[in-house]
Amino acid sequence: MKNQSVSSNIDWITILIYTLLVIMGWMNIYSASLPLEETHIFDLSQNYGRQLLFIVLSLPLILVILNINAKLFEKFAVVFYAVGIILLLGLFAFGTTVKGQMNWYRIGSFGFQPSEIVKISCSLLLAKFLSDSQTNLKILKNQYIALGIMIIPVGLILLQPDAGSAMIFLSLIFVLNREGLPSWYLWTGAIAVIVFFLALFVKPLFLIGFILLIMIIHFIFNTKISRNPIVYILLFILISGFTLSVDYVYENVLEPHQKDRIDVLFNDNVDMKNEGYNLNQSMITIGSGGLTGKGYLEGTQTKGNFVPEQHSDYIFTTVGEEWGFIGTFVVIALFVTLFLRIIKLAENQKSKFSRVYGYCVATILFTHFFVNISMQIKLFPTIGVPLPFFSYGGSSLWSFTLLLFIFIKLDANKVNEW
Amino acid sequence: MRKILLPTIVIISAIIILIRLFYLQIIDDSLKIKSDNNAIKIEYDFPERGYIYDRNNKLLVANQPSYDIMVIPREIKDLDTLQLCQLLKIDMPYFKNKLEKAIVYSPRLPSVFLPQLTKLEYAAFQEKIRKFKGFYIQKRFLRDYQIDYAPNIFGYITQVNEAIITKNPYYKSGDLIGKQGVEQEYEEVLRGIKGVKYFQKDRFNKIIGSYKDGKYDTIAVQGSDLTLTIDAELQKYGEELMVNKRGGIVAIEPKTGEILALISAPSYDPALLVGKDRSKNYTRLYYDSIAKPLYDRSLLAEYPPGSPFKILTGLIGLQEEVVDEDTGFICRHGFSYGRGAFMKCHDSGLSKLHNGIYNSCNTYFANVFKKTIDKYKNPSYSVDNWNRHLQSFGLGNYLGYDLPIGRKGRIPSSGLYEKFYPNGGWRSNTIISNAIGQGEIDVTPMQLANMMAAIANEGYYYTPHIVKKIKNFQIDKKFTTKHETTIDKQYFKPIIDGLYDVYNVGTAKSLKVKDLAICGKTGTAENFMKINGKRTQLTDHSIFVAFAPKDNPKIAIAVLVENGYWGNRYAGPIATLMIEKYINNVITRKDLENAMLTKSLQPEYDKYVSGLPFTINH
Repeated sequence: MKNQSVSSNIDWITILIYTLLVIMGWMNIYSASLPLEETHIFDLSQNYGRQLLFIVLSLPLILVILNINAKLFEKFAVVFYAVGIILLLGLFAFGTTVKGQMNWYRIGSFGFQPSEIVKISCSLLLAKFLSDSQTNLKILKNQYIALGIMIIPVGLILLQPDAGSAMIFLSLIFVLNREGLPSWYLWTGAIAVIVFFLALFVKPLFLIGFILLIMIIHFIFNTKISRNPIVYILLFILISGFTLSVDYVYENVLEPHQKDRIDVLFNDNVDMKNEGYNLNQSMITIGSGGLTGKGYLEGTQTKGNFVPEQHSDYIFTTVGEEWGFIGTFVVIALFVTLFLRIIKLAENQKSKFSRVYGYCVATILFTHFFVNISMQIKLFPTIGVPLPFFSYGGSSLWSFTLLLFIFIKLDANKVNEW
Repeated sequence: MRKILLPTIVIISAIIILIRLFYLQIIDDSLKIKSDNNAIKIEYDFPERGYIYDRNNKLLVANQPSYDIMVIPREIKDLDTLQLCQLLKIDMPYFKNKLEKAIVYSPRLPSVFLPQLTKLEYAAFQEKIRKFKGFYIQKRFLRDYQIDYAPNIFGYITQVNEAIITKNPYYKSGDLIGKQGVEQEYEEVLRGIKGVKYFQKDRFNKIIGSYKDGKYDTIAVQGSDLTLTIDAELQKYGEELMVNKRGGIVAIEPKTGEILALISAPSYDPALLVGKDRSKNYTRLYYDSIAKPLYDRSLLAEYPPGSPFKILTGLIGLQEEVVDEDTGFICRHGFSYGRGAFMKCHDSGLSKLHNGIYNSCNTYFANVFKKTIDKYKNPSYSVDNWNRHLQSFGLGNYLGYDLPIGRKGRIPSSGLYEKFYPNGGWRSNTIISNAIGQGEIDVTPMQLANMMAAIANEGYYYTPHIVKKIKNFQIDKKFTTKHETTIDKQYFKPIIDGLYDVYNVGTAKSLKVKDLAICGKTGTAENFMKINGKRTQLTDHSIFVAFAPKDNPKIAIAVLVENGYWGNRYAGPIATLMIEKYINNVITRKDLENAMLTKSLQPEYDKYVSGLPFTINH
């Protein structure tokens, strides 16, 4: 085996998009956290100063990743995963509670969120397991193992409780689907989510009637699969039961703030000073940008600090206000290009490990992107996840960087695989 | 299928997000408005209104600061209503009413909560203003009148109403605007331009700095001072002479068209319409439907002018060459113009132009008018020709002076008579009353005064105007444009000689002032009013027109005294005293002055309601 130079095989397009997103992210953080009296950009007492430091420190991280042996990630996948799970468990003993969620380790003035690291280790282990020549997702046992790798961190994270991160892990079902998991897993999940939201604003009886109608139509026109009426009846009872339980889940299982977040989505008569405040202000901020925006550092909503957490989860509102539709279009185009690029590179991998891992990276980044932006424009309930490479935060920037550059390294290494 | 699922979801999601963003950012405008409401606070700085001076630079109108308590309903928080009412000395119903109105206007824009307080009145509130979130004090300027007369000239200042706010975006609720008089006519000049400051607010409604570094801020522009053409002393004297009488006086400087005095009686103190009692006082003046103090008689009262109109009948006769100075007519106490139709006249004997004027002989002018109309075969043509001459004196139409109100008056044209007599058959005798200023002729005191100015100038006038100078501005060119009448200069001399002898041997000889050559003409106007649904003839109006001195006229004047019996009983003396005051500044005939200052026509005015018979001249 001949080791070619890494730099000649690196996918520079991905790196270019990454760099653009990080720079644009920092510019918007600068605007969102600019204090009244000017200081220099390296002022570590300010968010933008710290973020600049995080960005600078991610450079050595990238160099290390690109220069270690790519085989290490596959070899030590189990170890990484175990460490991740231990870190998650350790939270229950040593974690710090921030806003009701015990999901941080605090070391001095810097915090660290283990769930971010677990996204990487979980992806690595999934890749390792699925790339094993013994593994076949048509076999029930292998399905359980694969789902288990996913579900264990989900369970631990839900206990913190951090619904946003849990959701990211659940999205890895797309990867399993790509690798041959029977489709009904994905469709069941998708239908459950759709039925859940429908049940919240349609009367359950109407919904059940509607489902019955669809199933009857499906039964009549279905010619491919054997038309077993019992299967249909069982399925109908299952869905109806789920529908009827939605109300119960909504009223008794969800936390009050989670109910509020769903309420504001469907109900226009919410108190704009309390539960409706964040969403209302983030929509005003984005919407007031118009086509070309109010100009960099000129956003009145941004200056007036109307949007809470604007430098972190709500950083996209600054883009919307100061850069307008042109700005939001460019950011979305960059992200979509990045995702499609990663998926394309993943499909081109010779090693199955690299392919599965690449798919995990694309899925995780995309889910963050979708949840983060759509919650700010009233397309999705408010769930606190950062916008990759954009939002303020060291541990989030570093873990996304790590996540992406491991794949870039694997991709660069594909010529050495045989 | 499995391979393309994720890319498909990525692309579809991105498209949905972009559509949503396109809607929010480009289509939905409400978010932009909400954002401005959120984050931008506007503060106004109201400049001082321009001062008003008279022609001798006497200060008439200045300003005084006044303070409005303003409210922004949305920003009210933890309000102690009881304490607020106590501090501002208001009651709960007032509080509730004002707050509701403010919310209806706009929850987020300031409305006036309690207007026009003095420093003393709001001092107690100011100490505790921090406790009343949503309330603040706005400084404005109110008028401070240095004189207690001439309200019809100035007009007044009032808060803008809804209609004005919608029509003119400059004005916001609670802003002040000039109404009536020069305050309205010269609003933009006097007002100046208010300064605007934009501030950036944060989510706690705290100001955190100027908006865009003050890029859109403007500095208040001071209002410009006005110098009026009014002679304050003359104006004051005229109003004193008109006490207990109703009517109007207009005095004009013929050489320039400058209005020296513009008097409407009854008058009132302009200070009544300033400050907290403004609305109460205004209502009282507004509902006085009998004395009508808000009705400017100098500009709005339209009456048949009577005898002063004979001057024009004479001038037109001369110009049309149907008579000359020596043409004579025999008067036998009247003029017969048809079977049983007879125009009475107090005169008798041979009347020529000269004695016709000073004796005000109806017969003479009826003959002149008849000859004028009969000059052409077609009476329609003749009437329109006659009408053209009259229009050139500014009659029958708006004069174009710089005050916001006025009346056209009425000078009949052929059209009017063709409507009256659709089958034709009308001729000079039919419309003979016009000869002596009755019939279908109506004029305002302003038009009469302007007519006298044109006669004094022997054939031209300048559009009457009330503003002499505006600081930093030019006055309108139309006020320095000469208007020529259709009468040749040569024809004025005999007429003026006749007017001069009105004071020597004619109808006003009792009013002669030593060493002052006044030319004048008495007039008496019949007038009618519907009382209890019945058309009733009231006591005649007393009218007098004049100018002086004869050779170099400095003042032309028209006086109308409602129900003043006849020309030289009230209007004549008042006009003469005004002229003497203006030219000599000394009154020689103290007895006449005293009589005019003290005499009251109130008993006549009481007849409107008491039902006692009116005094009619026969």
